[in-house]
Amino acid sequence: MPNKLHRFFNKLFFFARRQKFDADLAEEMAYHRELKQRDLQQADPTLTPQDARYATNREFGNATVLKEQSRDVVAFWFETTLQDFRFALRQLRKNLGFTVTAILMLALGMAASIAIFAFVDAALLKPLPYKDPNRLVGVFERVPLENREDSNLSIPDYLDWKKRNVSFTALEAFDGTSVMLQRSDGVETVRVGRVSDGFFRVLGVAPILGRDFLTGEDLLSAPRTAMLSYSAWQTRFASDPGVIGKSVTIEGHPTVIIGVLPREFHFIPVEPADFWLTLHPEGHCDLSRGCHGIYGVGRLKEGVTIQQALADTKSIASQLEKEYPDTNRGQGANVVPLTRYIVGDFRPILLMLLAGAGLLLAIAAINIASLLLVRTESRRRELAVRGALGASPSRLIRQFVTEALVLVGTGAILGTVAAFWTTRLLTHLVPEDLLAHMAFWQHLTFSPRVFTFAALIAAFAAILFSLTPTVRTNMPEMREGLAEGSRGSAGNAWRRIGSKLVVLELATAVILLVIAGLLGKSLYRLLHVDVGFQPDHIATMFVAAPTATYGKPEQAIALHRLILDKLHQVPGVKAVGMSSALPIDGWGNTTWFRVIGRPWNGEHEEVAQRDVSTEYFTALGAKVVRGRLFNDNDQKSSPQVAIINRAFEKKYFPSEDALTKQISYLSTPPVPIQIVGVVEDIKEGQLDSGMYPALYFPFLQEPDNYFMLAVRTSQAETSVIPTLAAAIRQLDPQIAATRGASMDDLIRNSPMAYIHRSSAWLVAGFASLALLLSVVGLYGVIAYSVSQRTREIGVRMALGAQQSSVYRLILGEAGRLTTLGVLIGLACAVGAAAAMQALLFGVRSWDLPTLAAVAIILSAAALLASYIPARRAASVDPVVALRAE
Amino acid sequence: MTKPDLLPGTLDMLILKTLTRAPLHGYGIALSIKRISQDVLTVEEGSLYPALQRLLLQAWVKAEWKMTDTNRRARFYTLTAAGRKQLGAELNQFHQLIAAITRVLQDA
Repeated sequence: MPNKLHRFFNKLFFFARRQKFDADLAEEMAYHRELKQRDLQQADPTLTPQDARYATNREFGNATVLKEQSRDVVAFWFETTLQDFRFALRQLRKNLGFTVTAILMLALGMAASIAIFAFVDAALLKPLPYKDPNRLVGVFERVPLENREDSNLSIPDYLDWKKRNVSFTALEAFDGTSVMLQRSDGVETVRVGRVSDGFFRVLGVAPILGRDFLTGEDLLSAPRTAMLSYSAWQTRFASDPGVIGKSVTIEGHPTVIIGVLPREFHFIPVEPADFWLTLHPEGHCDLSRGCHGIYGVGRLKEGVTIQQALADTKSIASQLEKEYPDTNRGQGANVVPLTRYIVGDFRPILLMLLAGAGLLLAIAAINIASLLLVRTESRRRELAVRGALGASPSRLIRQFVTEALVLVGTGAILGTVAAFWTTRLLTHLVPEDLLAHMAFWQHLTFSPRVFTFAALIAAFAAILFSLTPTVRTNMPEMREGLAEGSRGSAGNAWRRIGSKLVVLELATAVILLVIAGLLGKSLYRLLHVDVGFQPDHIATMFVAAPTATYGKPEQAIALHRLILDKLHQVPGVKAVGMSSALPIDGWGNTTWFRVIGRPWNGEHEEVAQRDVSTEYFTALGAKVVRGRLFNDNDQKSSPQVAIINRAFEKKYFPSEDALTKQISYLSTPPVPIQIVGVVEDIKEGQLDSGMYPALYFPFLQEPDNYFMLAVRTSQAETSVIPTLAAAIRQLDPQIAATRGASMDDLIRNSPMAYIHRSSAWLVAGFASLALLLSVVGLYGVIAYSVSQRTREIGVRMALGAQQSSVYRLILGEAGRLTTLGVLIGLACAVGAAAAMQALLFGVRSWDLPTLAAVAIILSAAALLASYIPARRAASVDPVVALRAE
Repeated sequence: MTKPDLLPGTLDMLILKTLTRAPLHGYGIALSIKRISQDVLTVEEGSLYPALQRLLLQAWVKAEWKMTDTNRRARFYTLTAAGRKQLGAELNQFHQLIAAITRVLQDA
């Protein structure tokens, strides 16, 4: 293309000599007009020189426009862009307050959206770290009673399903459990995955070190082998590549480490798992068709749909129902996409969060758009002048676009960086155990999708902010702008739209703040609910003694005595209690019973059951209502006894003396158990649950080699825990004493408290962003109102108005908007809180202190935001203000 | 009386054609077009200049500062060989177009 090349060099030539080009053009145009004027005057001598000049200029056209057009012909495209860009920077710098406000708001809005989108992306959009995860399905049983779609399978059923199905290329099994790992100084319980031999093959995951399980390696006869998770390889074996072939002792079995899994591998239903073991089915449960303990994962054959696979497994399940009616009656089948099984629970909350972030972004965008609108109004004169001097409409619009691009570009970069750090911070704030259940957020990185999302928002914002000013600048109007030089009407449009929007934003902030406040308060109430005992100064832990040595009742009792003696020697220990379950754990672990002497027709009266040691109630600090506590004489050989709680008494013996009553398990013939005491209700279930009937049996009559310890100490309980664990290990290194925690921590970290705390924080986060945005919005409105009214204020002050009355003028305007926003917000907040009353605990939706606190916080913030422009208004120098016109 | 607008794209051609007779400065070109078209074709005179830059850029004309009869400096435009070729091509196209339009109009 020699022609193109030629043009390029010509352009380059002109570019290099731009000044000469301009001078030449000006000179030849001037010469042109000179000749023209001369000719006109010669043709009509009556013409005055002035008229001749006017006529010449009329016929010649707008010289500035023509020069510009001429220059455009020879200029490179980037020259005008660069010029626009420089001008945009100058304009934005001139109005630094606006620029900083707009950029920060955009950055904030974008940061929230991008951060949440990054979480959504990692959880819902990013494919699971398996080969072709869309062909993977979770395979479960389905029981009519339970409303769950993922009930577990028994191993014999699984083996039959595996053999008989025609839908899966492979059907494998998995389960998560805790096992005892032998260490040099004792034992430790660790989380493990227990899988069939082909589990990793069906997922399409290969170890980064060593080998996968071989076929048949999951049989009881095979030597035991294990794979390591990447993090266990790092923390337990210091990333030693020589770990392959090493042997560890798990549950007393020597187990050879054969492989290390990739870093990005996770399998959330089982996480956090340090080791991956094979099934090695043994014992009653593994071999029984009626004991359900594992889950299935399968890969659909080519061309097989989920529906076909479901029909296939259902028909196998009904065959098994006929073959084994005892165990398999009512056992159906279910097949769901593995992705849904793993991340399905997160979908609604994530999408809700994303919607919330979108709302914030929308508020921010509206704030900026309205600020831009105002700015355009105040730039009418500038635009009119530029238009008159020959700037074409398209050139003016290009100017707006350039300014919008500068704003959005800066805001988007800041927002993306902020989003990145926010996600970092948030993933660090989540407790590690919990994060393991959300493993898709470990090693969270911004994928191209996140950047695309950010770019889309930015593009949308750029379009919006480019269009906003152009809406207000149709060209004929511009001449009026020039003629009037008016300012009075400039802010009117804004005052109409802008103040409504600000009221809306303030109301939104109020709603979110109120909800955050209520959630915070219910968390406080939850943590201070009466649990029926003294939770301070109690150290707790889980003790597991090997069944081989301590499984028999007399062995367990002997162990229990040993532990009691040993722990009482630890300084500061006042009472040592043991129980089959600790309070605040759940109302599970139940039993059926009947009252002796009352007619019984096989009904199932179900109550919570706890097997507790003699000192248990003393250790908890529970109160005896009537009767006695257990003592060391309540033994296997002595008559069976029980203690009931108040709720039990109220329900079953409302008008009788419970201490005269005997109950029995549902055995035939009934074995009488004497009720010897009534204790005050202890909150066995979640903090927000009510009190239900509970039965306590003496540990000495119901011994077990697995139990919870509750130790009351006079010292700080957390510092005593290691001493207690060490004391138990001294007795026998084969006993695991784990999950040490203070009772206070158990309460603080209980699921209910956790839900309240995290939702309170989450809503508080959104609320503070909304507060910030709405206050900035208010600042914007007031600041612009002030800048529009500079002359008015100047006149007022020139006529003798005091500074205080200027303050009153400006703060009054802000006050009206704030009051309106707060009132509307409070009304809506009470409604919203009433709708989510189920989430609140011990707090009414119209909790006055919360409402008042929010109103005060918001008003204070609003006052602060409007004080800055008010001060600027009050410090206006009337002389300057008037001369500025 | 309103004067007909110039057909779009014809200004370049008119300038080139005008310059076949002699090198001219901008005002000369404007006068020449006006005179030869007997006042029918008047361009907004200033719009000659962006057009001239276009032609310069394509190297279809050359520009030179020379002294006029009245001893003033003026910029004279001269047609180049490439410009002459371009004019030929454009005229050819133009005639084809006019002929086609005429045929349609006569036929109707």
